Amino acid sequence: MTFNGWLQIAIYCVLVILITKPFGGYMTRVFDGERTPLSPVLHPIERGIYALCGVREDEEQHWVSYAIAMLAFSFAGFVIMYGIQRLQNVLPFNPADQAAVPPDLAFNTSVSFMTNTNWQSYVPETTMSYLTQMWALTVHNFVSAATGIVLAIVLIRGFARRSVRTLGNFWVDLTRCVLYILLPISVVVCLVLIALGTPENLNAYTAASTLEGAKQVIAQGPVASQEVIKMMGTNGGGFMNANSAHPFENPSALTNLIQILLIFSIGAALTNVFGRMVGSQRQGWAIFAVMGVLFLGGVTTCYWAESAGNPAFGQFNVDQTTSALQPGGNMEGKEVRFGIANSALFTTITTDASCGAVNNMHDSLLPIAGMVPMVNIMLGEIIFGGVGSGLYGMLLFVIVAMFVAGLMVGRTPEYLGKKLEAKEVKMAMLGILILPLSMLGFTALASVLPVGTAATANAGPHGFSEMLYAYTSATGNNGSAFAGLSANVPFWNDTLGLAMFIGRFLMIIPMLAIAGSLVQKKIVPTSAGTFPTDSPLFVGLVVGVIAITGGLIFFPAVSLGPVVEHFAMHAGSLFDTGS
Amino acid sequence: MKHVRPAIVMIVVMTVITGIIYPLAMTGIAQAVFPYQANGSLIEKGGKVIGSALIGQNFSSDKYFHGRPSATTEPDPNDASKTVPAPYNAANSAGSNLGPTSKALVDRVKDDATRLAAENPNTPIPSDLVTTSASGLDPDITPAGALFQVPRVAKARGLPEDKVRQLVQEHITGRFLGIIGQPHVNVLQLNLALDAMKA
Repeated sequence: MTFNGWLQIAIYCVLVILITKPFGGYMTRVFDGERTPLSPVLHPIERGIYALCGVREDEEQHWVSYAIAMLAFSFAGFVIMYGIQRLQNVLPFNPADQAAVPPDLAFNTSVSFMTNTNWQSYVPETTMSYLTQMWALTVHNFVSAATGIVLAIVLIRGFARRSVRTLGNFWVDLTRCVLYILLPISVVVCLVLIALGTPENLNAYTAASTLEGAKQVIAQGPVASQEVIKMMGTNGGGFMNANSAHPFENPSALTNLIQILLIFSIGAALTNVFGRMVGSQRQGWAIFAVMGVLFLGGVTTCYWAESAGNPAFGQFNVDQTTSALQPGGNMEGKEVRFGIANSALFTTITTDASCGAVNNMHDSLLPIAGMVPMVNIMLGEIIFGGVGSGLYGMLLFVIVAMFVAGLMVGRTPEYLGKKLEAKEVKMAMLGILILPLSMLGFTALASVLPVGTAATANAGPHGFSEMLYAYTSATGNNGSAFAGLSANVPFWNDTLGLAMFIGRFLMIIPMLAIAGSLVQKKIVPTSAGTFPTDSPLFVGLVVGVIAITGGLIFFPAVSLGPVVEHFAMHAGSLFDTGS
Repeated sequence: MKHVRPAIVMIVVMTVITGIIYPLAMTGIAQAVFPYQANGSLIEKGGKVIGSALIGQNFSSDKYFHGRPSATTEPDPNDASKTVPAPYNAANSAGSNLGPTSKALVDRVKDDATRLAAENPNTPIPSDLVTTSASGLDPDITPAGALFQVPRVAKARGLPEDKVRQLVQEHITGRFLGIIGQPHVNVLQLNLALDAMKA
């Protein structure tokens, strides 16, 4: 670990804090339907979309109607995306002559992009045509992100509104989110990324003749336009197989900084939107603080562990020390331009959020460093989190924390003046517990089936980690991987697709039910007995509840993977796949 | 049922806006304003594309600086269901995905370290020269990794070591604003400069 490394991490933190308030203010205006500087251009388009869809801008929906609209939209997107992949061989914009995508892979990919997971069982450069990349994948980078954001807005409205039955209109929220937030930022940042080296073309792959006279085929494509929304929407599916480690997707340390800022920007700003909508920005900053504490814990652990390097290399006179001339540490699966600090930072951020883009290969992280992304996802990606899903996941934990606090003092828990009763607490627990059920259940299944274990690329505890990480990532809608796993076979494509579906929709429905119940409640006036939810005590309580819940559920599984591998590594054990 | 029409119309409208207009407009602007970057930062020599400034390529001659080991593959010509190693395959980016306790990883590092120790004995081997990059296409090596190779390159070209070392120093790209990122040396650019120096 170096002073410079910590300085880079500190600069990143400051930039996130600086973005949060102004961006939160802008997003609040958008979702409150107020005028913004972009309204003169965009409002006519917005009205045109409502007319085409037959939607009335001022018509509000009950939570059940909102949920059905969201599901109908997701399903329509799923069907079209599946169809485009199956037919890409006869559609245009296919200079690399990609064949039709096989059914199990097209199913997996469609669920993956619909649910904002962006797990990729395939190698994009050799699988997807430019048309599929743009019409199917880029589109869902936008709309799955927008879906997550508007769901968080709905839960916020549940807390903010009082004694009403409706929570907003899905079609209106979705349209505004794409037109006013995602699209304008994408346009601007896309051009910046192109200026910094990310390609944007429809050319055939380039055949180069290298300095030594060999032939090198260089994959091309409209990379930059997908890259921006991939990061900002916490989607994370790479245009290229190596994702944000690929020098075209992420050419320099500066583009890397832009990318990691994009990942947290909406998640952080939503805490401020929350504060503004419930009438006290301090409430938003308290949630921000909970997330910040957990983030710092993760990045510190990951950076510390990776800086140590691999103890097995020392015997060959390999120099893993840090100096002015090299970053040192564990450089397997990393890029020189990022070094250790930016790789550890990216790994922590991409799994705190449900992004899942990678700028280094998580499969090659040292055991404790690789445990950090795994644990981040297991906790539910609530640390700034997936766009929208991070905030509503965190608020589920807040409800449980307030319930625990209520038990301690023996009074009905309340949060922001809303009484939390049996229904809310049950639904919150349901939303929280559905994730480990899928993560651990599927991992257990794969561990005892030959078709499961056959897919692992590494032997010993690391092989178990690969399987555990896969179902954790799919259920958490993250999409990153211990990528050695050969998941492009029907068993893995189908079970991972199912896990992504469970992790997305079975968490959303209890959450919407809570919103629907809260919105009807009156506000209880603050009294001397009210627990202050903008205090350090509150932050500590929520962090504690998250850590205890996560620890109780996941410690046994994690100890079988990364923990045992860590001790094996320091004992000098090596594992051979025998092939 | 009242959600059927908006669901279908909305996904079509969004496809038109975000899947057609947006990427094609970006492509159009990029081709007009930043043609070099938008087409992959390609380097031409004598009218032929020799590679991209951003993409590493495979060097094996003693006369050139070598990039990092690359784990990329291509389909086996004899059996399409298998793959064979193809370093710096820029149409199939990939890392090794070997875990830290993998015997295959440690064996590979041992082989590479043994080979490198022979060309520059008694010098610690910079770790980037024995570890594969995340993309398999890393265009860079560390300054330590470049300096380590100076004796071999100088000998193969019959140049004084000081002159080659000087060239390496000139090709070190520092951190952005002195803070962000990691100092590195672009291998292709360095090798092009080497070729230019001889002439």
